[in-house]
Amino acid sequence: MLTEFPLQQVLNEEGHVKEEDTMQTITIDQIKSFYYYMLRARLLDKKCVNLQRQGRIGTYVQYEGQEAAQVGSALALEKGDWMLPTYRDHAATLTFGQTMRNLLLNWRGRLEGGVPPEGLNIFPPAVPIASQLPHATGVAWAEKKKGSDRVSLVYFGDGATSEGDFHEGLNFASVFQTPTIFFNQNNGYAISVPMEKQMNSKTIAQKGLGYDIESARIDGNDIVAVYLAVKEAVKRARNGEGPTLLEAVTWRYGAHTTADDPSKYRDQAESETRRKTADPLLRLERYLKNEGKWDEAWHAAIEEEIQEEIDTALIEMENYPEAELSQMFDHVYDIPTWPLQEQINEHLATKGRNA
Amino acid sequence: MTTSVQTKTMTMVQSINDAMRTMLAEDERTLILGEDVGVNGGVFRATEGLYEEFGAERIIDTPLAESGIMGTSIGLAANGFRPVAEMQFLGFIYPAFNQIMTHATRIRQRTMGRYTSPIVIRAPYGAGVRAPEIHSDSVEGLFTQMPGIKVVVPSTAYDAKGLLISSMEDPDPVLFLEPMRCYRSSRMEVPEEKYTIKLGKAAVLKEGEDISIFTWGAMTIETMKAVEQIENEQNISCEVIDLRTLYPLDKEIISQSVQKTSRALIVHEAPGTGGVSSEVLSVINDTSFLYLRSPVERVSGFDTPVPVYSLEQEYLPSPEKIKHAIQRSITF
Ligand SMILES: Cc1ncc(C[n+]2csc(CCOP(=O)(O)OP(=O)(O)O)c2C)c(N)n1
Repeated sequence: MLTEFPLQQVLNEEGHVKEEDTMQTITIDQIKSFYYYMLRARLLDKKCVNLQRQGRIGTYVQYEGQEAAQVGSALALEKGDWMLPTYRDHAATLTFGQTMRNLLLNWRGRLEGGVPPEGLNIFPPAVPIASQLPHATGVAWAEKKKGSDRVSLVYFGDGATSEGDFHEGLNFASVFQTPTIFFNQNNGYAISVPMEKQMNSKTIAQKGLGYDIESARIDGNDIVAVYLAVKEAVKRARNGEGPTLLEAVTWRYGAHTTADDPSKYRDQAESETRRKTADPLLRLERYLKNEGKWDEAWHAAIEEEIQEEIDTALIEMENYPEAELSQMFDHVYDIPTWPLQEQINEHLATKGRNA
Repeated sequence: MTTSVQTKTMTMVQSINDAMRTMLAEDERTLILGEDVGVNGGVFRATEGLYEEFGAERIIDTPLAESGIMGTSIGLAANGFRPVAEMQFLGFIYPAFNQIMTHATRIRQRTMGRYTSPIVIRAPYGAGVRAPEIHSDSVEGLFTQMPGIKVVVPSTAYDAKGLLISSMEDPDPVLFLEPMRCYRSSRMEVPEEKYTIKLGKAAVLKEGEDISIFTWGAMTIETMKAVEQIENEQNISCEVIDLRTLYPLDKEIISQSVQKTSRALIVHEAPGTGGVSSEVLSVINDTSFLYLRSPVERVSGFDTPVPVYSLEQEYLPSPEKIKHAIQRSITF
């Protein structure tokens, strides 16, 4: 299956162009914009890891190493399309338009973190593995029924392909030919379990065959390959040609979450090697340098701008009013049931724990 | 003559590990299945060292699929093995619900006893550790209503080992809930040898005269705090009972205690409606109605999802709320 689903690459690790014709369709400005969004995601991620260490946010899920997969796919969508992320996909939601402040609030245990800005269609990050795939089929199905050309894109990991919901989501999409892009980030591990123990198949892309879904395997650290593959899938979806399964092969550098210790199950030296050889940001830097288009002043300027943006968001997070007690009860139902209403009355009357 | 028992200081998570090690060594049919239970030793280190000691054939890192873990455990159990299936968190048991409800709990009856399901389902649960959403669910009530399964919740390291071994020796499926807040909250002396604690038996954590408080899991911590405070402040004597098994309940201890104190309070963190407290109430009603001097009080979570962590302390029963309820009951 590795030959049926070869790893598609446009820019290789050294930043050399593998597909000249394909690369022609991408401008230097686009490359710089890709770089900008990836840097923004990376700096935010690093900041969050530090904030967790300082106890300013709760358990945090890092994505460092997976920026090309998330940013490249997010940039291939249009406003109005649907994005369904997991707990690890805030580089994607950030790029698609979720605010930094909300993302930070999410890690502070606030409901606001799961609410998309007005005008954007983003589901709250799914925590139960693979549960979001059938939703992605459903929202896309609704768009199809309404006669729009909007699509949905759903993120999930390699481990998620073992759950029933993965298969059910794909099968429904295939049967009802919904405009859905199933975007897999194969980062090699589901917490401690490596892909070889998770499945006996060599690729995730091949799982589309069973459902007759168009599938491909791409270098998930090559943002150009990711962007173009998703663009193509989106185009097909908009044209009524049905769902696509994309396997973006990548790697998470860090721990599964800040509560995980990867040294228990893998040699972290592998991550260090990959940082130097296969990093998605470094690859664009090398490409720009190869082309003589790398500009130190530009790089310093965007880095400063991003740091400022992060600092502002952090202040917004820290100054954000404390969660209202009533938030726990609001929106459980449209109108609270009598047992809930009684509980609310009693709790609010005694002012909760301070009673 | 008494023989001295060798003990070791352990946290609850260590005693759970010790119980599994004991049974793996004793009974070769024992298997441990779950996500990250092998090489990684479990996300809470509950299975630490077992993979190294017993090997990959018995300590099995499964694919990420709870229905698969449960369904294959049913097959393994029907065909001679004794699986211990770990759900990484109780909030992720839902994909396995179908297998538990429609097969694990029924295969004995459907085959008139020919095939059985001696499976232990282990699951960390409960709020108060600032975990991401869904990780904090407390849904024991979904399972106490399920015919064919027993539900066990230890709150101390000593009880955890004895109850887990009993659960692993039980001929029927047992849901073994592990309160995350108790995993490392205290240490105690635990016998190194094998011992069992009978399922269906509650434990008196503290004797008292004026009110019986029934609780389990991490709420034993809040309850003991409240009791200590109120007994210092006022002339009230509380009896605290850790139910330990939620199905079947210990009818004897519940009724004896209520008949002694004439008052009762039930404390649990699961939502109020449909919680196990209703069943405790019905035992009290059936056995001790005429002994009561005040209505049975309850302190529980709300009929809401367990909130994200900024609000979870508001959701959880606190010593203050428990003290209020004690007060209400006493001054009724
Ligand atoms: C239904 C369910 N079971 C278990 C978990 C606990 N859990 C959280 S992340 C994870 C591994 C997921 O691996 P993968 O799908 O490859 O995604 P990644 O985390 O690597 O991005 C597990 C087992 C969960 N969140 N949901």
